[in-house]
Amino acid sequence: MNNKLGKQTVKINDVGIISSAAIVGEKEGEGPLADSFDIVLPDNEWNEKTWEKTESKMQREAVKLSLTKIGLTTEDVDRIFSGDLLNQCIGAAFGLRDLDIPYYGIYGACSTMVEGISLAAQIIDGGFADIAAAVTSSHFCTAERQYRNPLEYGGQRTPSAQWTVTGAGSAILKKGEGDVKVTHITAGKIVDMGVKDANNMGGAMAPAAYSTLKVHFKELNISPSEYDLIVTGDLGKIGAEVLVELLQKDGIDISSNYKDCGCMIYNIEEQDVHAGASGCGCIGSVLCGHLLPLMKKKEIKSLLAVGTGALLSPTSTLQGETVPTIAHAVSLKTRE
Amino acid sequence: MQYSKKEYLDYLNQKSPNSTIVKDMICAFLVGGIICVIGQAFYDLYNKAFGIDEETARTAVSVTMVFLGAFLTGINVYGKIAKYAGAGTLVPITGFANAIVSPAMEFKKEGLVLGLAAKMFVIAGPVLVYGITASAFVGVIYYIIGLMGGSI
Amino acid sequence: MTYLNAFWVGGLICVAAQILIDKTKLTPGRILVAFVVIGVILGGLGIYDKLVEFAGAGATVPIVGFGNVLAKGAIKAVGEKGLLGALLGGAQAAAGGISASIVFGFLIALIFNPKSK
Repeated sequence: MNNKLGKQTVKINDVGIISSAAIVGEKEGEGPLADSFDIVLPDNEWNEKTWEKTESKMQREAVKLSLTKIGLTTEDVDRIFSGDLLNQCIGAAFGLRDLDIPYYGIYGACSTMVEGISLAAQIIDGGFADIAAAVTSSHFCTAERQYRNPLEYGGQRTPSAQWTVTGAGSAILKKGEGDVKVTHITAGKIVDMGVKDANNMGGAMAPAAYSTLKVHFKELNISPSEYDLIVTGDLGKIGAEVLVELLQKDGIDISSNYKDCGCMIYNIEEQDVHAGASGCGCIGSVLCGHLLPLMKKKEIKSLLAVGTGALLSPTSTLQGETVPTIAHAVSLKTRE
Repeated sequence: MQYSKKEYLDYLNQKSPNSTIVKDMICAFLVGGIICVIGQAFYDLYNKAFGIDEETARTAVSVTMVFLGAFLTGINVYGKIAKYAGAGTLVPITGFANAIVSPAMEFKKEGLVLGLAAKMFVIAGPVLVYGITASAFVGVIYYIIGLMGGSI
Repeated sequence: MTYLNAFWVGGLICVAAQILIDKTKLTPGRILVAFVVIGVILGGLGIYDKLVEFAGAGATVPIVGFGNVLAKGAIKAVGEKGLLGALLGGAQAAAGGISASIVFGFLIALIFNPKSK
């Protein structure tokens, strides 16, 4: 059984997403997708002493919620793949330490949700697990203090800056079941076009999304119209525009069925988020809270979810390094 | 990809919106100016009303402005003004206080010694390092000029 | 009149920094360091005091004025105590501002907490 369709793309035979859940913060609860999320936090602390604890709790509760929705318990899950933006992925490790599920920590920055689904689907399809979970989170306050400035510091954000989503998403995958099938996966390569500006993530990541999308269409020999919707998460306003133009130059037109999660979760102008949203929790919550339920209702029948991540750290930025970026794609179809 | 790295950076630069520089400048001018006027009012209060000598009054103004900057940071107001004022709240000494208090508050959760106290100068520290070092150089230069019989 | 001068001189110093923020890749931290060093140099040359005379707090409240205080303190101490004054003077003259920052910074940080945006 050879499922390798090209250097980067594989076929998944029979794995479905059987449940998903999303938890978001206050600001996301004021955005256009507010009604999609399972839980909107009353405040960004959620009764925890530190924001790191809040973020961990969001991951834990998202996993539990996605399981209870379909009457499963943590006992039923064979593997869990999770990661976040914090140093040493403490959001994931501390959040999931009491769940008693075999755990693989992963890091793909904002691409983590799609990376997790990719790995979970492959491990199940390979026969190494029956049920696996993919989880991720981000929190505005934990990300600010690690990557940027203290919350009360009087700094101005540049127009290309993106706002880190406070949110978590969890998806449960199982062999042979689920209304939404994972059909193909394209693994991304690390792309670095020499962008140094840590405040223009979308612009830095757009070439990675371009590279993965191009390979995906080529190795499957399909056109973008194959999908009802193609989403990236999260290039923001600038990155999304750049991606469409980059593909257009190669004669690939995604302008009519393409959206970016970073442009969906907030009212960009009113909520004053400059170029849009970012963070693992952005595509994490939009996919698990909004898009997957829409697929379940068959309002979207085929979806290509592209997770994009900027693989930088505060240290690399201070040392003047450019931003390496990545994009992974999973192709999802509703079951006939 | 059709672009070389350099071409891509140029293209991206042209796609990225510029800062609203005129608006930023006006806000910085107004807020920065007002903060200085407040400082002047305190100076007149200390110097003219209380009769404190010029130099001490100036120090007292600095101390007062530092307190105001620190307090407004504490009650979560300084950052909100700074969002619009930019350099108008950065450059006055109130901004120096903000740069000290904001990391101290932020990292309190990592402890009172290694969090609050240790992180107090992560942003403002360089100002002291370069300011004091430069002043020492100035002092040495004056000393040498003095040795050579030069007048100051 | 001093108030008007304090307003526009202080405002213009801030505008200069704003232009650097918007038009260059300089971070606010670097701009502050540059401004304080400029203040030290202008103070060392004895130029900045003329601006202080003209604009009062418009010249002393911006961080450039802090540099001026440091330089003047070092010069004065060198005159009184010799070479050692180069190390004593700057910090001595600025002690009020620095200590206030530390003490108020400590107390405020102890009492208040940052708020999520």
